[in-house]
Amino acid sequence: MAENISPKTIIKPENLVHKRSSVLTDNTMHYCPGCGHGTAHNVLAEVIEEMDIQQDTIGVTPVGCSVLMYNYMNLDMQEAAHGRAPALATAIKRLLPEKYVFTYQGDGDLAAIGTAETIHSCNRGENILIIFINNGIYGMTGGQMAPTTLEGMKSSTSPYGRDKQMMGNPLKMTDIVATLPGTYYVTRQSVHKPANVRKTKKAIRKAFEYQKLNKGTCFIEIVSNCPSGWKMTPVESNKWMEENMFPFYPLGDFKVPEDK
Amino acid sequence: MAKLKGSIVIDKEKCKGCGVCVTACPTQVIAMSDDVNSKGYNYAEAVNMDACTGCTNCSVVCPDGVITVYRMKV
Repeated sequence: MAENISPKTIIKPENLVHKRSSVLTDNTMHYCPGCGHGTAHNVLAEVIEEMDIQQDTIGVTPVGCSVLMYNYMNLDMQEAAHGRAPALATAIKRLLPEKYVFTYQGDGDLAAIGTAETIHSCNRGENILIIFINNGIYGMTGGQMAPTTLEGMKSSTSPYGRDKQMMGNPLKMTDIVATLPGTYYVTRQSVHKPANVRKTKKAIRKAFEYQKLNKGTCFIEIVSNCPSGWKMTPVESNKWMEENMFPFYPLGDFKVPEDK
Repeated sequence: MAKLKGSIVIDKEKCKGCGVCVTACPTQVIAMSDDVNSKGYNYAEAVNMDACTGCTNCSVVCPDGVITVYRMKV
């Protein structure tokens, strides 16, 4: 009996369980096929939709692949100069303290040109949410080496792999900001598998709830893939990420509030 | 025990054919089509809809949010 139910019977508004969030606009995202940015946008939009804070949220977009994020989120958004998103978010949050403010930055933006702004915003404990997408490469400009590129990882500016002697060590921003007194909630997640996406969603929701309580900076790193920059198919890149990125950037909470 | 039956709708014009949903599906409902959409991508399509349980995994991981999931108890 159960096997004979046609899809037409099931596809009804009352049976809907998951769809693209209404906080996202109908524009097709410009990201490459399989890019983690799209999934990260989806979960962020879903949290905003579920918390019903669309009218009260202001986003700050970076420079990088996600520079056009304001075209995809149906929110008030402000574009920041390269790396300066936490500084701009600080200003927005101080002027409009009742709003929810988040920044969305890639590793080129947050970990290279914006290191100072990131560290000082976290050190001051601004009540903002910083979402950091780490794919270990400069995606938008053509796959150059980023501060977060793994040792031995090939990019267009390190064709023989990153050499520690010459190019230094990969930077673990999340570990650094977790040591600062201003941060309240620091975690590293990913969006390559359903379970990880759900965990990321919970983390973002928690971060917005802490922001409501004025607890300090929340910092969420999302380890993501860059199929085009890594020159792999999306599925291969997710596998490569699990095998190579996660040992160096282990997932999990770095700083969780003690008073539950 | 009540059984869950699911069904998915894929917006094939917006699909970029990354194939992440194919690996995320626990019951192998989705496969990549041999046809292409107007942008030239081999889009995802449901080939084994009877096995769908409506777990939402495909929709959750889809970077472009093109999959809509419906579920009912039977």
